[in-house]
Formats: sequence, C-alpha cells, structure tokens
Amino acid sequence: MSKLNSLAISDNGFIFKPSTGESFTTNEIGLMIINLLKEGKSADEIISVITEEFDIDAISAGRDLYEYLDFLKREKMLD
Amino acid sequence: MNKRIYERPLLRKVVEGIPNKFGSLKRLRPISTIDNVEIDSLIEEYGSPVFVLSEKTIRDTYKNAYRAFSTRYPKVQFAWSYKTNYLDAVCRIFHQEGAWAEVVSGFEYEKAIDNNIPGNKIIFNGPDKSEEDLVKAINNKSLIHIDHFDELYMILSLMDQLKERPQVAIRVNMDTGIIPQWDRFGFNYENGEAWNAINRILSSKKMDFIGLHVHIGTYITISKPYAVAIEKLAALANKTYNRFQKSIGYIDVGGGFASQNTLQGAYMPATDTTPSFDDYAHAITTAMTAADFPNNETPMLILETGRALIDDAGWLAGTIMANKRLADGRRSMVIDAGVNLMFTSFWYDYEIYPVHESSYQSEPTTIYGPLCMNIDIVRKNIDFPMLNKGDHFVIKRVGAYTMTQWMQFITYRPNIVLIDQNEKVHLIRKQENKEVFRRQELVPDYLQN
Repeated sequence: MSKLNSLAISDNGFIFKPSTGESFTTNEIGLMIINLLKEGKSADEIISVITEEFDIDAISAGRDLYEYLDFLKREKMLD
Repeated sequence: MNKRIYERPLLRKVVEGIPNKFGSLKRLRPISTIDNVEIDSLIEEYGSPVFVLSEKTIRDTYKNAYRAFSTRYPKVQFAWSYKTNYLDAVCRIFHQEGAWAEVVSGFEYEKAIDNNIPGNKIIFNGPDKSEEDLVKAINNKSLIHIDHFDELYMILSLMDQLKERPQVAIRVNMDTGIIPQWDRFGFNYENGEAWNAINRILSSKKMDFIGLHVHIGTYITISKPYAVAIEKLAALANKTYNRFQKSIGYIDVGGGFASQNTLQGAYMPATDTTPSFDDYAHAITTAMTAADFPNNETPMLILETGRALIDDAGWLAGTIMANKRLADGRRSMVIDAGVNLMFTSFWYDYEIYPVHESSYQSEPTTIYGPLCMNIDIVRKNIDFPMLNKGDHFVIKRVGAYTMTQWMQFITYRPNIVLIDQNEKVHLIRKQENKEVFRRQELVPDYLQN
C-alpha cells in the first residue's frame, strides 16, 4: 500500500504522482476504491461496500474492480 | 432504500497537448423518447435492435422541401427515390404528400405499381431495365429515362409489337465541377453523345421525347453545380427545339442533396455545413428561371431527393452487449447492431446516444457491431459515456439506405416500426426468422438424410 500512500489525491478525484510528475483523474467510485485500498480492505470487502451503496450486482462490480486494479498496476500506483 | 446509480471506476491520465479544436467536450445528453414514445418500451415490445421511423418527421421534412421549391418556381414535382427506402409504408406517406415514384429496377417498379401509383407517375431510371420491364413501362406510359444506347435500341426494337408510344427522357452526365464526375450513367453532354441520343430518338418518330434528366452525384454539399447542370440542359433543350421544333416537358435534376449526417473525415459536423432545402432551392430555381428555355416555356422541375428527405426520420435503437479493453488500453464497446444494418456507417460518423443517464464520465471509445468481422465498426472514435452491458442506445438519422442496403449476414434482420402522427406504433416490417430462409432454400434429395 505504500505506493498509494505516496500519491497526492484531492477530494474530487485529481491524483498527482510525485515520483514521475504525472497527473490522473478518477471518478467517485475510483476514489472510493483507492481509499478502501489504503485502509487495507481486500477485493471482496471492497465489492461488498460497492454493492451495498450502488445499484450493481457483485459479479459486475468485481469485473470492474479487477479492471481498475489492473489500471492502477499498469500506472505503477499499486504493487 | 434506493441505491445510487453505479458508474464504472475510471482512471484517466491527464495528457498535455494541443487543445481540442472544439474546446472542452460536451456531455452527451441521453435521448429516451422518439415522438414521445419511450425507446425502452419499443425495445421491450419489438426486440433489440429495432428500426424506428417517425411519420411526423417524414411529413414535416417533405413539406419543408416542397415549400422551399414551390414558393420559388411554378411547376415543381417531387418523385420519391425508392432505393433510399422502399418500405411500402414509407413510400405511401410520400405518395400521400404528393410525390411520384422514382424507381431503378423491375423490383422497385413492381413495388410502385403495388403502391397504387399510376404508370404515368413512375419515373424509371437506372441502367438495369430488362425487356420485360420496358414493355411494362411502355404500356403503362411510365417516364423512361434512357441510360445507354443499348437500352434506346431495345426500346426501338419493341416498337413493332406495342401500341403505346414510349414516353422517354435521357439521362445526361456532364462536368459540373463536381469531383468525381459521375459519367457511368446516361449520355455525356460534353462529347456530344447526349445530342446524338436525342437525334436518334426524335428521328425515329416512334417515341415521345418528354424530358431531360441529370443526377450529378451524391451527398452534394454545395448548391452551385446544380445551377451549372441546368444551364447545360437548357442549352440541349434549345438545340432540340431549333432542330426538331420539339420542346421538352420537364427538367429532372435528380437527387444528391446531403443530409445532416457527418461524413467520416469531415472537418466540421454536417449540421453546420449542409446546405438547407432553401439553399438548394435558391440555386436550382434561380438557374431554371434564368435559363432561356425554347418559346419562353417553363418546363416542370422534377426532384428525386431521397437521402435528405428520409435520413432524419429514421432511428435505430439497440442494446450494449459488452465493454472491452483493446490491446493499447483504449475502451471499446460491442453493440447489437453493426454494418449489417448500417452499411452506411462505412462513410458516416453516426450520432449515437445513450437512452438513459448512466454515467457522468465519458471515454474515447470504439463502437463495434456484433458481427464476427473485423470491419464491423460503427464508430471508430467517439467520446462516449461508460454504459454497461444491457443498457440501451439509439442512433440518429438512419432513415436513408440502411433498410435497403442492409445485409443478411449471420443473423436475422430486425423489426421496423413506424410511429404515426398520433404517436401510435405500427409494425411495418417483420423481423426475419429461420422460416423466411427455409422457404427460399432447397435441399437436393440425395442430401436429405
């Protein structure tokens, strides 16, 4: 989780990565996922938080979560 | 408790670069109704995808076009271009509004007759007229627009067997400044072929030479070439009068008016660049009035406008089948309607909208159709909201050439419905099923078991 903690993240989803100088934007759910990851939540826990709050089934939420985690890994924000 | 609308998580890198020429992107507003009918309910009742036609738009567009021309020129006649959309219901709406029929094949000719159009209000164009077609057209006193000398001689050879005098015009091709110049249809003006054809027709004394036809091209976005064409046809009409003392009854300027669909590669959207009916009408009627026709006569002006009259009235509603990431990370979406239904998406950048608000974020997306074919691309690159599987979309302006050029490849063609002026929905072409194809196919005995 150390990599995520090194990011500067604003409340409206603007992400600055000091190590490379790159900037990113994410949406509300993306921001929620990052915050849950920083709290050390597992993928299954994150899925259940999302399905409780949003109108989505667990399979679809899981599919999107793993794709998002893949993005974060590709941008080297996550191990 | 009502749960909140879900939107897929998104991560987008902020890239510095030249600003987009149109400035910041506008959010794509959903379109959820057509003529006050819910698109969701249309899909529920008639399946997905489904073509939807608006009778109100058809009639309004026709009236607007007719007004533009008839307020500027005394004798105007529209002929509905069957090839653009030959669904009987559509043709009959145009005929009710006063349009004749313009057909280009024996099949279309039969359709026009079945739609109760009198033979003398059917214009028969095109290079493909069989002997049987021509006999029928001559007997019905239809307006035969001769395309080539072989057709002309075929008509002459039929004269001994028939009582009626053929009512003929010739199609003329010419240089109007349009590139590419369409020279595969009709007789050329500049090299004298058109004049030779007129001589042959009138010296035979067996046919009534009644008009001149030109069709300068398709999706013509400037109105001036029509004026050039009319000047040349007027010169031909004068030459004909001087030699044969025969004046022509009409000038048919064909079709070719652009619709508001944007062509791929165009710099500006067509909604900003396409001339209006008034622009076309101004150029054409000014040229008709300025042209010096023999005896100061005013020939009838015939228009065979297709695309510009029907494109806006057609919609295609369907369903998202899948979201995918391409190898380079770009987003793609698979929808249940592809180039099989919209052959036209090879050259148009169709406007596609979500039916409901489901995402406030959008991403550059490639939209693919459902065919197992690499070229089945509906939009190469569109900034599109992140819809989910099962969500509905609707594509705008698909009235022209879709329902006639569609192909039956690996799947059945869908239902087509018409929303009438009272917002009542009518099924006007049934979805195909396996029985439709079974009826057409025959299996030899030795392959039966």
